[in-house]
Amino acid sequence: MAIPIAYNLRNLVVRKTTTIMTALGIALTVATLLAILALVNGLRVTLTASGDPLRIIVLRQGADSELVSNFARAQFQDLKFKQGIATGPDGLPLASLELVTIANLGAVEEGSEVNVNVRALLEVGRQMRPAVHIVSGRWYRPGQREVVVGKLLSLQHASAHIGNKIRLGRGDWVCVGIMDSGGGSTDSEVWGDLNQISSDLQRIEILSSATVRATDAVTAKALVNDINNDQRLNMTAVGEQEYYDRQTGSGTPIRDVGIFVAIIMAVGSSFAAMNTMYAAVARRSREIGTLRVLGFSPASIMLSFLLESVLLSLLGGVTGCLLALLLLNGYSTQVGSNFATMAFRFTVTPAIMGVGLAFALILGAVGGLLPARMAARKEILTALRAV
Amino acid sequence: MRYLPLILKNCWRNRRRTTLTVASIGVSMCLLGVVVSMYHAFYMGAPAPDEAVRLVVRNRISIAVAIPLSYRDRIQRIPGVRQAMYANWFSGVYKDSRNPKNMFARFAVDKEKLFQVFGEFQIPEDQKKAFLRERSACVIGRDVASGLNLKVGDRLPIKGDIFPGDFEFTIRGIFDSPRSSQVMYFDREYLEQSMSERRRGFVGMYYVRIDDPAHSARVAQAIDDEFHNSTAQTKTESEQAFTVGFLSLLGNVKMYMIAISAAVMFTILLVSANTMAMSVRERVREIGVLKTLGFTPAAVLGLILGEACALSVAGGAIGYLISTLLMQVVAKSPFGGFLPALPLIEVPVAAVCIAIAAAIGVVSSLVPAAGASRLPIVEALRSSD
Repeated sequence: MAIPIAYNLRNLVVRKTTTIMTALGIALTVATLLAILALVNGLRVTLTASGDPLRIIVLRQGADSELVSNFARAQFQDLKFKQGIATGPDGLPLASLELVTIANLGAVEEGSEVNVNVRALLEVGRQMRPAVHIVSGRWYRPGQREVVVGKLLSLQHASAHIGNKIRLGRGDWVCVGIMDSGGGSTDSEVWGDLNQISSDLQRIEILSSATVRATDAVTAKALVNDINNDQRLNMTAVGEQEYYDRQTGSGTPIRDVGIFVAIIMAVGSSFAAMNTMYAAVARRSREIGTLRVLGFSPASIMLSFLLESVLLSLLGGVTGCLLALLLLNGYSTQVGSNFATMAFRFTVTPAIMGVGLAFALILGAVGGLLPARMAARKEILTALRAV
Repeated sequence: MRYLPLILKNCWRNRRRTTLTVASIGVSMCLLGVVVSMYHAFYMGAPAPDEAVRLVVRNRISIAVAIPLSYRDRIQRIPGVRQAMYANWFSGVYKDSRNPKNMFARFAVDKEKLFQVFGEFQIPEDQKKAFLRERSACVIGRDVASGLNLKVGDRLPIKGDIFPGDFEFTIRGIFDSPRSSQVMYFDREYLEQSMSERRRGFVGMYYVRIDDPAHSARVAQAIDDEFHNSTAQTKTESEQAFTVGFLSLLGNVKMYMIAISAAVMFTILLVSANTMAMSVRERVREIGVLKTLGFTPAAVLGLILGEACALSVAGGAIGYLISTLLMQVVAKSPFGGFLPALPLIEVPVAAVCIAIAAAIGVVSSLVPAAGASRLPIVEALRSSD
């Protein structure tokens, strides 16, 4: 017969100091793990939100990001009239030639600088991204030395505000607006007029990449294949979603380091849980003897102590989840990808919290196993005789 | 001090608990040790002698923006400059870039100057000569060679991305470096041939070897002043600062380090406090006996604080030793290229770790120790727990 769970719960309550301290230790471990997972997840969510199933990014063959790609204006003329590219309201193909480069912003704190992605594009490029809209100020005017900055960028950097100057190419550019793309990587980009920026950077003929919009999902696939197989173009096409999916790779080292840290901390906390459980077993020696006299089997005693350890760690796990949820969720941060920083928010999801809880459970089970076995193996008489 | 044997005896009384506590603290402290070592190496450590004499000149805007090749002679003329070597970050793809083994840094450099500017690289003289003779030759670090099983004479095909094209190199030398050597160098002339007209004459950065590390700040300033009114302004910094800057592209590394340390320290604090609370609770009666024998409250306080300190210092020492081993592993990883050469035992780091451990020990046991020292004798003796 099993020992009622209430017995374990009451025991945890009676020794509340020890319970709280052990559970807090586990909570911190779980919170660390969750922080890392939420960070990587935030990065993924941001990058995924950047992709549209119909948009296709065209890069020079061999390039794996817009930043290292080269795209001549002449090549763009060949690409523009490919079959399957949708046309805009003005009857022109929805194909946008773009220049992506890096600008250096002085950060809020003195001495540190941040590199941000600058995207130079024409009117059609904006038309193709209807999700991007201005939240304050206005769009840049073609032919003017004006730029707009992403929402998250404006939160994090003093120089990314309306009216401030951003240094790029041969001079300063005035920031005239703040744009919001609804959670994509555009939120940490700077946008400006293609012709103006490319001439300033002396890159009028050689730009970075092109983005085209397919008429529908089936055509999108065919268009990707068509561009990839066109020897004359010498280009690589990739669906925007897949492109951003690949960029998620920049979060992998962070995730690996984080998981490593969490596992080491878990080893430490499971030792601590073990300590607590050994003390519990030692103090309740007489109780264990009594339980045995009452007829509970060694197996049910072992189960009971294991359960108590799991309950303890579960308490820690829940606290850890709450810590992560309250302190971290939505907190915006940044990581570097491809030489430019990208801002995003920590995103704690139920799935991530589930991982945290499972982690805590395993930790508690491992920590409780040996003490529970010890409790089960106690001789009735010696247990009863213990002071 | 004369209570030390008593403190140690008390520690060793509940062996299982002591072992578990020390192990728990040790494991957590080894993380802290790694973080502190890295922090020390990045932000505080003195650079190795061969690094201290190198400066890196880049475009003020970003390392991704090029600077003119013509700057070389002007840099070379600045007093204090021994050698100025231009270099381009080549990027590129070797086989499949998704396999991390295939990721190593590739630079197109002024090959005549490579082994003068990087004086610490060890390479056999005949390999060096062969490298200098052939335009499509390259040299690779020992870590690349052993990671990919490459040897002198092998071909190394690289697909260019920043610099488009298919490049075919022949490995003419393998060099040893005191640091991680996940890197390949080849002749920039070879690259220049393949460049479009428009891109020729621009390089990514200059590595400058100066005559005396003491002059580095002055020389760096002189270089930046030289180009202050040019189209491309420069930023000159020590190689160490340049590396840290490169690393900061990964995000706010400093903040990550501090956050990890704080979480780890707080965990250790809880573990240690828990242990001490448990062990004091079990010994209430004994404390009564000690007091009866004439131990003052201060002495009792000292005994318990000392016990906690002994446990956490032992854990800290073990943790630090594990962390030195871990650092050796880190230094061998691709990430190790960012780190300066690390000595096995860094005295300041060890001291910081042990001091942190001792402080945590004291703080964690303050509450139970104060309680025990204030406990009236009669009550303590009456305790049945």
